[in-house]
Amino acid sequence: MTNLFVLQLLNGVQLGVLLFLISAGLTLVFGIMDVINLAHGVLYMVGAYLIATFAAATGSFWWGLLLTLPAAVVVGLVIEAVVMRRLYARSHLDQVLATFGLVMMANEAVKMIWGTSPLSVPMPEILSGSVPLMGPLKYPVYRIAIIVAGLAVALGLFVMVNYTRVGMLLRAGASNRDTVSALGVDINRLFAIVFTLGATLACLAGALVAPILSVDTGMGESVLILTFVVVVIGGIGSIKGAFLGALLVAVVDTVGGVFGPILLRSVLDPSAAGQAGRVLAPMLVYILMAVILFARPAGLFGKTA
Amino acid sequence: MTALTVTDLCKHYGALKVTDHVSLDIAPGEIHAIIGPNGAGKTTLIAQLSGQLGSDSGRVALDGKDITHLSMPERVRLGLARSFQITSVLPGFTALENVALAVQARQGSSFRFFGTVAAERALNAAAMEALHEAGLDHRAQIPARSLSHGEHRRLELAIALATKPRVLLLDEPLAGVGGEDAETFVENLRRLKGRLTMVLIEHDMDAVFALADRVSVLVYGRIIATGAPDAIRSDPEVRAAYLGEEEQEIA
Amino acid sequence: MTDMTDATRVTAAATRPALSGRVKAALTLFVLFALMPPLASALNDPFYVLIGTRILAYAIAALALDLILGFGAMVSFGHAAYLGLGTYAVAILSGFGINDLLVQILAATAMSAVFAAVTGAISLRTRGVYFIMITLAFGQMAFFFFISLSAYGGDDGVALASRSTLLGMEVLKTDFGLYYTTLVMLIGLFFLCHRITKSRFGRVLTGIRENPTRMEAIGFAPFRYQLTAFVISGCITAMAGVVLANQAQFVSPAFMSWHKSGELIVMVVLGGPGTLAGPIAGAVAALLLEEWLGALSEHWKLFFGLFLVLMVLFSPNGITGLLKKLGFGEKQK
Repeated sequence: MTNLFVLQLLNGVQLGVLLFLISAGLTLVFGIMDVINLAHGVLYMVGAYLIATFAAATGSFWWGLLLTLPAAVVVGLVIEAVVMRRLYARSHLDQVLATFGLVMMANEAVKMIWGTSPLSVPMPEILSGSVPLMGPLKYPVYRIAIIVAGLAVALGLFVMVNYTRVGMLLRAGASNRDTVSALGVDINRLFAIVFTLGATLACLAGALVAPILSVDTGMGESVLILTFVVVVIGGIGSIKGAFLGALLVAVVDTVGGVFGPILLRSVLDPSAAGQAGRVLAPMLVYILMAVILFARPAGLFGKTA
Repeated sequence: MTALTVTDLCKHYGALKVTDHVSLDIAPGEIHAIIGPNGAGKTTLIAQLSGQLGSDSGRVALDGKDITHLSMPERVRLGLARSFQITSVLPGFTALENVALAVQARQGSSFRFFGTVAAERALNAAAMEALHEAGLDHRAQIPARSLSHGEHRRLELAIALATKPRVLLLDEPLAGVGGEDAETFVENLRRLKGRLTMVLIEHDMDAVFALADRVSVLVYGRIIATGAPDAIRSDPEVRAAYLGEEEQEIA
Repeated sequence: MTDMTDATRVTAAATRPALSGRVKAALTLFVLFALMPPLASALNDPFYVLIGTRILAYAIAALALDLILGFGAMVSFGHAAYLGLGTYAVAILSGFGINDLLVQILAATAMSAVFAAVTGAISLRTRGVYFIMITLAFGQMAFFFFISLSAYGGDDGVALASRSTLLGMEVLKTDFGLYYTTLVMLIGLFFLCHRITKSRFGRVLTGIRENPTRMEAIGFAPFRYQLTAFVISGCITAMAGVVLANQAQFVSPAFMSWHKSGELIVMVVLGGPGTLAGPIAGAVAALLLEEWLGALSEHWKLFFGLFLVLMVLFSPNGITGLLKKLGFGEKQK
C-alpha cells in the first residue's frame, strides 16, 4: 500500500512538472497580456509531433530534442506575429474565437501532415529501465529524468523571473500592465518574448512526454483544460502559483484517482465504492478548483480584483 | 441626531495613508462641502463612504445606523446615494432609461420577467421628475452616449436623485462644466437644499461658497479644518495649505 | 407637470413600436423554417428535415447562450454541458421506461437548474478571463462525469430505442413531427427570451453588462441577477439537448465536449450577440457552413478554423465590431 502510494505520488509529481511547464507560459500570457489563448494545448501537441519527426529522421532522441527546441521557438514567433499580436487589444470574446479557430486548424493540419494513427518516440537508451527506490519498489528512469528536467527548468525560470531585467519586467507586467508601458519598454517586444517563451516551454513539455505517451491529435485537449485549472487555482500571472497549482492538480488527479476508491471502500460496500470512485475520480481536480475558488476567487496567489 | 456620522475612518495603501482618521458629523439637510488640493484623498473618501471601497478602520453611520460593513447596493437602499466624478452611466441606455433603472431599484421587484418595463408609467414618471430636477428632462429620449459632457453631469445627478437618497454624496458634480451651464447647475443643486443632506466635493470655489453650509478641508487624508464658509475662507492654515496654493496656480 | 406627462406618453409610444426589427427578423426566419420541410420533400430529399431539426435545436441553444453572452456579457464556455444534461435526461428516463417529451424537458430543466446554480455561483465570483476558463472547466467536469458513467455507455454513449412521445401521442415518430415540434419550441422560447429582455429583469441584466459599478451605485447587487440569467440560459439549452437526443436517437458525452461550447459561441457571435434573432440565424449559418465545407473536404475543420481566424483578424474591431458596423449589433435598451 505504501509502495503504491509512493509510486502514484511520483507519477503525480512527474505530471505536475509537465503541467507546470505548460502552465508557466500560459499564466504569463494571461497575466501580462490579458489574452486568453485556447491554442496553448496545441503547442504541447506540436512539440510531441516535432520530436517524433526529428527523432525518426535522425534516429536519435537527443538530436530530435535538440532540433525540436529551435523549431518550437520558430512556431511561437510565427503564431505570435501572425495571429496573437493582433489580438492583444481585442475583447476576450474575439480572442476566444480566433484561438478556437487556431485549435481547429492545428488539429486538422496535424492530421493532414502526420495522419491519424498515433506516433511513438523511442526512449533514449541511457534513460530506459528502472532504478530501485525502496525495498522492492522500482521506478522508471525516464520519469525521474522528466522530473529532474522539469525542476531544472522551473529553477531556471525562477532565477530569470527574480534576477533578470526581463524577469523584473514580467513581474511588473503581471501585477500592473501600465507600469511596464510607463517604464518606456517596447511592450510589443516584451509580449513577443513572453509568448514565445511560453510556446517553447509547452513544446518542450510535449517533447519530453512523447516517449511515454502515444503521440496523437487529442493530446493537447485534455492537457489544455488541466492547464486552465492550474492557472486558475494558482492565480493568473503567478509563476509560483502555477508551480504549486500544477503539483496540487497533478497529485490530486493521480493519487486521488487510485486512492479515492480505496478510501471509499472503507465507508461504502465494494461495488458501490467502485462505482462512485470511477465517477468521482476524474472530477476531483474540478471539485478542488471549485473549493479553492469559492474561498479565493482570484486563486491562491492571484491579485484580488 | 446627525444624518451621516464618520468616525476615525482610515484607509492606507502600504505606508501611504490616503484617509487618515477622518471624522465628520453631517447635519440633516446640510450641504457639507469637502475641499482640498488634488491628491488629498477626496474621491477615496467618497468611495469609502459609499461602500465602493472598504475601510481599514473607523466607522460610518447613516442616521445613527452603523453601515461600515454594508456593500454599496445595501447602502443605496438605506438612502445613501452617490454620483461619480468621472461620468459613469449606462451608455447604451437613453437618459430616461438610465434614471428609470434607478427608480426601479427602489420600487418593487426586479425579478419580473414578463411585463414590458419601457411601458411602466410609474417608473417613467418618477424618472422624468428626477430628470426635471437635474434640468435634463428635455433630453430624456437621447441615448446616454450621445449626450454632451454637461448633460452627462446632469444625468449623474438625476440618477442619484432617482434613488431618493436621504444623503447624497456628490463627487465633483461640476467637473468640466463651465460658465453659464455651471450657474444653472448650481441653481439646480440649490433648489434641492433642505430636502436632502449633501456631501459635496468640488473644485469650483464659487459653487462651494454659494452652496455649502459648512466646509471641511482635506489635506493628505486629514481634515485640517471644518467650519462656516466665511470662517474657512479666512482661516490662515487653510489658506496656506490650499486656497493660497490655488490662487498661485491661477496666477 | 404637464410637460412631464407628455414626455412620459412619448416614451411609451417610442418604445412600443408595432414590431421591432428584431421580432420581424425572427418571424421571417420562422416562416422560412416552416416552409423548409415541404420544400425538401418536393426536392425528394427528406434527409434535410433531419438536418433541419438539428439546426433548430442548436438555434434554441444559441438563443439561450445569447441571453447571457449578448445581454449579460457572460462568456460561458461550458454551455455544451447543458446540451449534454438534456440528452442524458432522455437516456436516463428511458432507462426507467419514461419517454414523454414533457417529463424529459422537466427533468432536463431541473438537472440543469441545479448544475447552473452551483457552478454559476462559483464562476460568477470572478470576471473576464477567469469566468471563461472556469465555465470551461466545469463543462469538462460534466463531460468526464458522463464518460465515467458506465451504465450509460461511458465514452461510447448509448443508443435510444425510440423517439419520445408527446403527452402519450406518437407525434415525434415522423421526422416531420419532430421538426415541427422543435420549431414550435424554438418560436415559444424566442418569445420567452424576447419578453425577458424587455422586462424589468432584462433591463437590470443589460444594465449590468453596460456598467456594473453604476448598477451597484443605484442599489443593484449584480450577482443575483447574473446567476438567475445563467440558470435560465442553462435550462433552455438543456431543452435543445432533449431535442438533439431525439434527433440523433443516440446520446454520448460528445454532445458536451468543449468544442461544442466553442461552436455555440461561434453561432452567437456570427449572428450578433444581444439580438436573439441573430444567434438563430448564426446557428443556421454555422451549421450550413459546416455541412458545406464537410461536403467539399474531409478536412473541413481546417477551413472552418481558418474562417474564424480570418473573420477576427480582418475586421478592425473583431467580429463583434464588424457586425455592429453593419447594423446587426442592435443593442438592447
